Amino acid sequence: MKSIVLATALVLAAGAGLADTIRMGTEGAYPPYNFVNDKGDLDGFEIELGNELCKRIEADCTWVKNDWDSIIPNLVSSNYDTIIAGMNISDERREAIEFSVPYTPPPPSAYMALTPDAPIDGVVAAQTGTIQASHVADSGAQLLEFATGEETIDAVRNGEAEAVFADRDFLAPFVEDSNGELVWVEGHEDVPLGEGLGIGLRKSDTELKARFDEAIGDMIADGSLNEMIVKWFGPDAKTFAANATSAGSTAAADAPAPASN
Amino acid sequence: MFASCSDPAALNGLAWLMCYLTSGKHLLFYASFGTVILLLVVTAPLALLFGFGGALAARSRITPLRWFGRIYTAMVRGVSDIVFFLFVPIAMDQGLEWLRSRVFCDPSVPVRQGNEFVVCAAAKLPLATAPQWVHQAYGLSLAVAAFAVVFGAFAANVLHGAMTAVPRAQLETAEAYGMTDRQIARRILIPQMWTFALPGLSNLWMILIKATPLLFLLGVEDIVYWARELGGSKISTYAYPHPDWRLWYFLAILAFYLALTWLSQRVFDRLTTRFSRGQATAAGEALRYQVAP
Repeated sequence: MKSIVLATALVLAAGAGLADTIRMGTEGAYPPYNFVNDKGDLDGFEIELGNELCKRIEADCTWVKNDWDSIIPNLVSSNYDTIIAGMNISDERREAIEFSVPYTPPPPSAYMALTPDAPIDGVVAAQTGTIQASHVADSGAQLLEFATGEETIDAVRNGEAEAVFADRDFLAPFVEDSNGELVWVEGHEDVPLGEGLGIGLRKSDTELKARFDEAIGDMIADGSLNEMIVKWFGPDAKTFAANATSAGSTAAADAPAPASN
Repeated sequence: MFASCSDPAALNGLAWLMCYLTSGKHLLFYASFGTVILLLVVTAPLALLFGFGGALAARSRITPLRWFGRIYTAMVRGVSDIVFFLFVPIAMDQGLEWLRSRVFCDPSVPVRQGNEFVVCAAAKLPLATAPQWVHQAYGLSLAVAAFAVVFGAFAANVLHGAMTAVPRAQLETAEAYGMTDRQIARRILIPQMWTFALPGLSNLWMILIKATPLLFLLGVEDIVYWARELGGSKISTYAYPHPDWRLWYFLAILAFYLALTWLSQRVFDRLTTRFSRGQATAAGEALRYQVAP
């Protein structure tokens, strides 16, 4: 304990005057958005994006892994300063935290199952606390919640659930890799949901939000964000329209919003 | 790790498995076994110390101290372990940060703002600028504190019972020789108490070993975290794609815990023999006839 206090004191003395440090929380279990690669390092679209944004706002960033189900409580109790973890912007979450402008267009969600005619009003798996989970609950299906995305897919594989509902970009690699075992549910392979992914911030961190908003706006304007989206999600992924401002894309997302409440 | 592992997709069979099991992520998994052992090695003596404190306090002639000892054991024993494991680290973390914020920050700014707990950068514990290992060590020490508080209370109860079990005549004899209270405790009470305390303490140690997966609840990356992370089915985003292998990883952890408890039981068996020697108990009598027929 004493040595820890001493170490932090030393670090304080050494770190004074450097760029400010931002601790960025992520789940590290949601490929290809964020995951721990085989070297044991964090990797993925959001890690690359987060590092680029940090460079643009001239801050030192360190990544912190945190389980999905406690990711918002640990942000508000200041264990880290941002959430970049494939989190959809929604009104329900806005009650607890603030969001940056979206860094992706509203990502489509999709149902995946073992057969294309699987019922989506039976038992449907979804990750706890996601907008997909609330959508399933509202749809009248029986919701089966899991702590991580991988477990929802395993539930479909072993027959525990009839289908899984999640971000389409998260499910797509599973469909491709499964040699036909896992397929999209016909007619439900592209469900618009949410307002886009945003960086979660404490409501009191207005200055940090302004810096991130500006940096994301820059990246949309110079096309580098679109390049990154295509790199991680393939050429078919939804990108920001050429001249669209970030404000425009939020407005466009308003239509399907009721489902996410 | 090896040069031949640079392209895992081209490998198969045993070569693939060797590369897979020596990937950076697996090395972190192996290191996390060390985390569990470290927690046990640090927590056990600390809990025993808490236990001694609690037991001596509960026997004390000073009334407030006696109350403190009794309340501590009764309270911790009466509340669910998991509640304590969740409560102690958060309470300690926020308590320390609050104290530091009164010293290092503007005291007129409240730490609770709406649903947020915010202290200024200088009061953060550890500081945001501290390297990641400091954060991890801090998290682990909070976990150690929680484990020590909980297991200390149980140890206090075991030790208190063992001290009461020492025959009164032994202590009276020591008094008759003119020993002070402290001398009696050190020379007569504590050496004789071990034989009564050992079964209870060995139970506690076993429970402590088996409770270490609760580290995972506290956000410490222990063997359960890595087993879940590594065992889950991996798609081609990863260098080593594989189906759901959690069963195998959990089986490995199961073997680890069994080995650890089996080894502990052997150590406790030897200790029991050691502490029974020369004692006026049935086990001590049995030993006497065994050694000198």
